[in-house]
Amino acid sequence: MMTETGITEVGLAGLSRMLAKRQVSSVELTQEFLRRITQWNPLINAFITVDQERSLADARLADTLLASGKGSLLTGIPLAHKDIFCADGWLTTCGSKMLSNFVAPYDAHVVGLCKAAGMVLLGKTNMDEFAMGSSNETSYYGAVKNPWDIAAVPGGSSGGSAAAVAARLTPVATGTDTGGSIRQPAAMTGITGLKPTYGVVSRYGMIAFASSLDQAGPMARSAHDCALLMNVMAGHDARDSTSLQRPAEDYTRTLDQPLAGFRIGLPREFFAEGLGSEVAAAIESALAVLRGLGAKTVDISLPNSALSIPAYYVLAPAEASANLSRFDGVRYGYRAPDYVDLDDMYEKTRAQGFGDEVRRRIMIGTYVLSHGYYDAYYVKAQQVRRLIAQDFARAFDECDVILGPTTPETAFDFGSKSDDPVAMYLSDIYTIAVNLAGLPGMSVPSGFDGRGRPIGLQLIGNYFSEARLLGVAHQYQQVTDWHARVPTLVREGVSA
Amino acid sequence: MSLDFQDVRRIAKLARVAVSEQDTHMYQHRINGVLALVAQMQAIDTQGVAPMAHALDVVQSLREDVVTETDLHKKFQAIAPQVAGDLYLVPQVIEHDD
Amino acid sequence: MTTWEIVVGLEIHAQLATRSKIFSASSTAFGAAPNSQASAVDIALPGVLPVLNKAAVEYAIRFGLAVGADIPPRSVFARKNYFYPDLPKGYQISQMDDPIVQGGRVTIVTEQGDKQVRLTRAHLEEDAGKSLHGDYPGTTGIDLNRAGTPLLEIVSEPELRGAAEAVAYARTVHGLVTWLGICDGNMQEGSFRCDANVSVRPMGSETFGTRCEIKNLNSFRFLERAILFEAQRQIELLEDGGRVRQETRLYDADRDETRTMRSKEDAFDYRYFPDPDLLPVVVDDAWKAKIAASMPELPQAMRARWVEQYGLSAYDAGILTSNRVMAEYFEALVQVVGGTGAAKLCANWMMGELLAALNRYELPFSANPVTVDRLAQLIQRVQDGTLSGKLGKTVFDALWQNEGEVDAIIEARGLRQVSDSTALAVVLDEVLAAFPTQVADYRAGKEKMLGFLMGQAMKLSGGRANPQQLNDMLLKKLQS
Repeated sequence: MMTETGITEVGLAGLSRMLAKRQVSSVELTQEFLRRITQWNPLINAFITVDQERSLADARLADTLLASGKGSLLTGIPLAHKDIFCADGWLTTCGSKMLSNFVAPYDAHVVGLCKAAGMVLLGKTNMDEFAMGSSNETSYYGAVKNPWDIAAVPGGSSGGSAAAVAARLTPVATGTDTGGSIRQPAAMTGITGLKPTYGVVSRYGMIAFASSLDQAGPMARSAHDCALLMNVMAGHDARDSTSLQRPAEDYTRTLDQPLAGFRIGLPREFFAEGLGSEVAAAIESALAVLRGLGAKTVDISLPNSALSIPAYYVLAPAEASANLSRFDGVRYGYRAPDYVDLDDMYEKTRAQGFGDEVRRRIMIGTYVLSHGYYDAYYVKAQQVRRLIAQDFARAFDECDVILGPTTPETAFDFGSKSDDPVAMYLSDIYTIAVNLAGLPGMSVPSGFDGRGRPIGLQLIGNYFSEARLLGVAHQYQQVTDWHARVPTLVREGVSA
Repeated sequence: MSLDFQDVRRIAKLARVAVSEQDTHMYQHRINGVLALVAQMQAIDTQGVAPMAHALDVVQSLREDVVTETDLHKKFQAIAPQVAGDLYLVPQVIEHDD
Repeated sequence: MTTWEIVVGLEIHAQLATRSKIFSASSTAFGAAPNSQASAVDIALPGVLPVLNKAAVEYAIRFGLAVGADIPPRSVFARKNYFYPDLPKGYQISQMDDPIVQGGRVTIVTEQGDKQVRLTRAHLEEDAGKSLHGDYPGTTGIDLNRAGTPLLEIVSEPELRGAAEAVAYARTVHGLVTWLGICDGNMQEGSFRCDANVSVRPMGSETFGTRCEIKNLNSFRFLERAILFEAQRQIELLEDGGRVRQETRLYDADRDETRTMRSKEDAFDYRYFPDPDLLPVVVDDAWKAKIAASMPELPQAMRARWVEQYGLSAYDAGILTSNRVMAEYFEALVQVVGGTGAAKLCANWMMGELLAALNRYELPFSANPVTVDRLAQLIQRVQDGTLSGKLGKTVFDALWQNEGEVDAIIEARGLRQVSDSTALAVVLDEVLAAFPTQVADYRAGKEKMLGFLMGQAMKLSGGRANPQQLNDMLLKKLQS
């Protein structure tokens, strides 16, 4: 566990300068990351699909653009997309057997934006099946290993992107977050991840899990890199009705703003029973650092936050049950080989094509929407959702940003929670309320436990305060080096 | 509220997911575990609280009535399980219903 | 013996005449090659999202304003979940709790007078694709060109009593949606389809009987036949001591009967919930006012004006305003014919001849082969005495067959009315000479012989004699 100085440790701004000055070409950069993927992916399993020829073609195009001076800031920089984003001509599986043969015929909005910026797609990262999971164990392509400890889960559902960034298999990656799926794996793998305000990043082409909660965001080694990728990802898209029409923002604009007088709210519910002592201690240390930077802390309360998990496990499965109905073996994807009639084809296709967790959530969602139960479950959950959002609204009268742990514990061992869905769901206890309210949230590396597994702190901001969150994280990262640590396991070849 | 064996069969049928008899018990157990978690919501009074469907109070934007799509069926059908004569094929359907 | 009352409520699906689909920018044109108008959104590729077509919303508002409905400031789209291969997402985007059009009423014209039929609602939704059977053995082919075509589902209260009223209502709604230009009304192409909820109850009963829903009736005749059959089936069942089961039925036109499609027990549980991909649709007063200002004069207003301005009967005016093309034809006809009393004459010709002919051939008004100018000329020729009323009808038949201009037909067929008294006297003298017995009978008091003698004279004139003049002259001759 130590910091390094090789090219894989250079941030996006640095890579951009190197590319502009022709100190390195996009092809060379791409080859280096592809080499690392070849070396480490068999162990980490962070990528489902890698296509070297395609990546190198992107890189050559980027080099041409750079040579002609037509590149933009991130032109030539490699990235990885979570396999939930459709990328034209790329296998796009969403971690499922159901889409194990699905070569997407179009680009997601985010994929198109990254392509238009001249970024190089290294591959598609592993994930919990249809983003349903907190450990990456539900992927049809096998679990992703945590680069810090291969006995530990990387978190989920964006575990492949998190592990790929942590293992230096890509400089940055995209993720999606429905109940914590960017922040929780970011915390567990020691990287920085941002879930923006709902509606800031287009969902077009991002395979839907729970439409009213899903939001894409950047996953990187630093807040600065997250800000640079946000500058590419964010923006209105007419193809997504829930995409917000707002003026373009520069997410790096407040990175250097000092924290003097800044009010950090500490929700007492996030520091109560259930929080692991090592995580609690790391958060306390981080608070000391932030106070040292001039920030003030205030105690706040989010009284309904305990109800976020119950509400989420009604709303998300309900939306998912409908979103996943299109996987019926008719137009694309898996179809069962043997069936006697139409219903048999549907039932076998969906039983064989979906994994256990997905089937279970579809069934829960079907149940809570079914006749006679809708009001007791769905409407009630939407009411609870409003109460949770109102808690945050009140809290932001008293503070500028809310801080707490991202997860109650560090990364757990494989298999330790996979037989108990409820225990698994509780690992998202601090992240889910943010999705229900639609607020931006991020996870920032803030230490390690006694076993060397990373700890993340969570920052939650008011609507559209992404730049501010990134600024707090950046200031913190200027005086700490948790985010710059490299997992010992994958250090080989890191120092150039 | 908890599900009995028949409820699970009914839901599996509604969701078009084949579930074996043995798995039905497993699903029953696990889904009931989740429903017990969900039941915590019932502890608070939400009378008069407006259900929240969207994070932000924004309204639907409207698209002008213009045709911009082109015929991509060859590309789309290249990844379809069964196609003939430009039609997607499914096991024979007896009666139409909508 | 119980007298039964037939109770009907209709759900009409009118395809909105937008260029593009309700949630995608694909064409809605009918008859394209299979799946050539099925975009990524229409085939529900993973990750795609719906974006609402403004014109579809405007058309729904137009309808709502025309029926005096409430257009709430916010309406919401919901997902209706069921599996069917022509429904690519596994749910249909529709509206449930907050439809765009709420309430309203439609006036139907019946021979017993006008009747107000209240609407429950009208909501926007997307159409499904088409399932094609029989092309490939053991399989059904799916064409998704129609998937996503905007529909306005117009739901009436169960206030229609019997098949005739139901058809009158459906025709009125058909007339209205085409009048407003929001639906092409083409029933063969499925642009306008009805589901009928039918129940029966003893006359005078306050409670409703158990209803059956008959799906997908795509002609007025099938609608009528299906209701008649279904009501009779239910009555026979009840009179035999049986009970009606709530179920969905299909009308089989070949066998002229309805049969069970599915019973209530296996009815779908649609699991409606608000579609999280779409936001509330907001309609403000300014938008409504703008749409209202762009609308044509409505049939009800036009009808009232015609009764007032032209002195037409409410019934005639109601029929003539049941269809915009017909109403425009009528106004043009009155204009060309001109003069006082033209409107009534024109109404008589349209109601008596033109509509009868269209009905006989089961043609919509838009297929009418007789131009305004030709019908106007015919009416003028009757007015100026060139043609007798009877021969006018002969000329009308020739116009229907598209045999040319009115005057040319009259000349070619020698149909000009004879009003020359010398010529008529010759005819009458011949008749009186031929039928002395009948003449004697008349003079002895058998007045009905007059009709016989008139008939003989008219026949001898080849139908061309001016009937009034002939009658007057005959009377004079018989009295002399």
